[in-house]
Amino acid sequence: MNAIAHTPASSAGTTATPVDLPIVKTEGIHKVYGGTVQALKDINLEFKRGEMTSLLGPSGCGKTTLLKIIAGLLKPTAGEVRVNGKPVTGPGPERAFVFQDFALMPWATVLRNAAFGLEQQGVARAEREERARHYVEEVGLAGFEDKYPHELSGGMRQRVGLARALAVDADVLLMDEPFSAVDEQTRRKFQEDLIRLREVENKTFIIVTHSIEEAVYLSDRIVLLSPRPGRVAQVLDPDINRTGDPDAIRRAPEYLDLTDDIWRGLREYVE
Amino acid sequence: MTLYGFRIPKFAALFFWIVVWEIVGQFELMLLFPPFTEVLAAMTDVVTTPSFVEAARITAYCYLVGLSLAVVAGIGLGLLMGLVPAADKLLNMWVNIFLSAPLSALVPVIMILFGMGEPTVIVTVFMFAVWIIALDTRAGVQHVSPSLKEMAFSFGASRVQRLKIVLLSALPEILAGIRLGVIRGVKGVVIGQLLVSIIGVGALFSLYSQNFLMGHFWALILILFAFALSLAELIGRLEQKVEYYAGARG
Repeated sequence: MNAIAHTPASSAGTTATPVDLPIVKTEGIHKVYGGTVQALKDINLEFKRGEMTSLLGPSGCGKTTLLKIIAGLLKPTAGEVRVNGKPVTGPGPERAFVFQDFALMPWATVLRNAAFGLEQQGVARAEREERARHYVEEVGLAGFEDKYPHELSGGMRQRVGLARALAVDADVLLMDEPFSAVDEQTRRKFQEDLIRLREVENKTFIIVTHSIEEAVYLSDRIVLLSPRPGRVAQVLDPDINRTGDPDAIRRAPEYLDLTDDIWRGLREYVE
Repeated sequence: MTLYGFRIPKFAALFFWIVVWEIVGQFELMLLFPPFTEVLAAMTDVVTTPSFVEAARITAYCYLVGLSLAVVAGIGLGLLMGLVPAADKLLNMWVNIFLSAPLSALVPVIMILFGMGEPTVIVTVFMFAVWIIALDTRAGVQHVSPSLKEMAFSFGASRVQRLKIVLLSALPEILAGIRLGVIRGVKGVVIGQLLVSIIGVGALFSLYSQNFLMGHFWALILILFAFALSLAELIGRLEQKVEYYAGARG
């Protein structure tokens, strides 16, 4: 228990200044399943605009539950989520979700899948297809617009999921283990693309992951959750320069040290 | 199947049994089995009679009306059972009972309720087809990926839109149910008319068997078999079109 000190939501240098108010704020989130299983206990977190935050922890720590509560797909037993200062009561257009198993409609083309959110918002066909086309290209699927999900590889399907989330132009992208169902090479490529995408799209990302390397590689901030009940164990702010060669990150001493540190902290939860 | 290196098409089996039938028939061992060629000759005879045209009309009409009602009611019932656990608890046992019950025994009751005409046949078709469609729809609805439902919810889809997504996701199972319903419906339309026995093919069957016109009798049976099989094949083709769903659903 010495490696992970039970610190409050902010560590040195991350206190919100008036300039960058948190876009997402969770206040005293508790979640109890079936009256007995405590999945989350007293989660107080702030997510800053334009940052990429990873929720990291072993399975059973409630990280997906927390993400779904932020998305408005699940109701917390106690506590409140605020997005842009407004309390969350359900899903909203300022948040978009990327699913672990892609959740694409098998009967619809890539373009229609990517335009799904816009279609639900009542955007006219021509406009929504144009916007969807733009994001399909941006995630690197140009030329696949008229293909069906079963004609794509796992990685490509998840890119469609990402395009769908980007197309609604939400402020916050919530990603639930987006790379866990794709193979290692695809995952690496995807991670590199995500870093590049962040520079183009000024969005706030919240990513659930169980991969320490992925969290360190991608995030401005890592929230470590401990299991049973899920609590915030530690909040880390990796100081890694991500501007240059994406491969250089994986060799950077900061990256390697932090990966090691987190593993040492999490080790005790793994039997 | 291959024989001595030659690929033998599936319908070869059909030919084999037709030849056996012809040989057995030629020996005139049984009155019940006229040679196949005689059945074929009778077929043209059957098809051209006005009573056959009338029987075909009644059969097609009762079948289509009964089946359409069964498809609509079956999908509705399955949807209700798949989406509302309380409704499922209330209905599941009864649907299963009706599915496995010998429905032919119920036809006399239906006859009392609906008379000796087309309504009875329509209700019989409905009763034969509806339960399997309901159960397959229920299974399909219950297997819709939870994340797809969450996806629709999180992107702000309306209730109607979400129901549409559930229906489209369950389409492979619904079609499988309809295909089985189509086959059971043919049983229903024949059994219904046989028991009513004064209209449609039922009247023809009694006419032929009472006058020992076995060639005609078998010709009519072959026509009905062909009808059922081609309908099932048609739905099967439709099913293949949505087979890729299963692969993309995971």
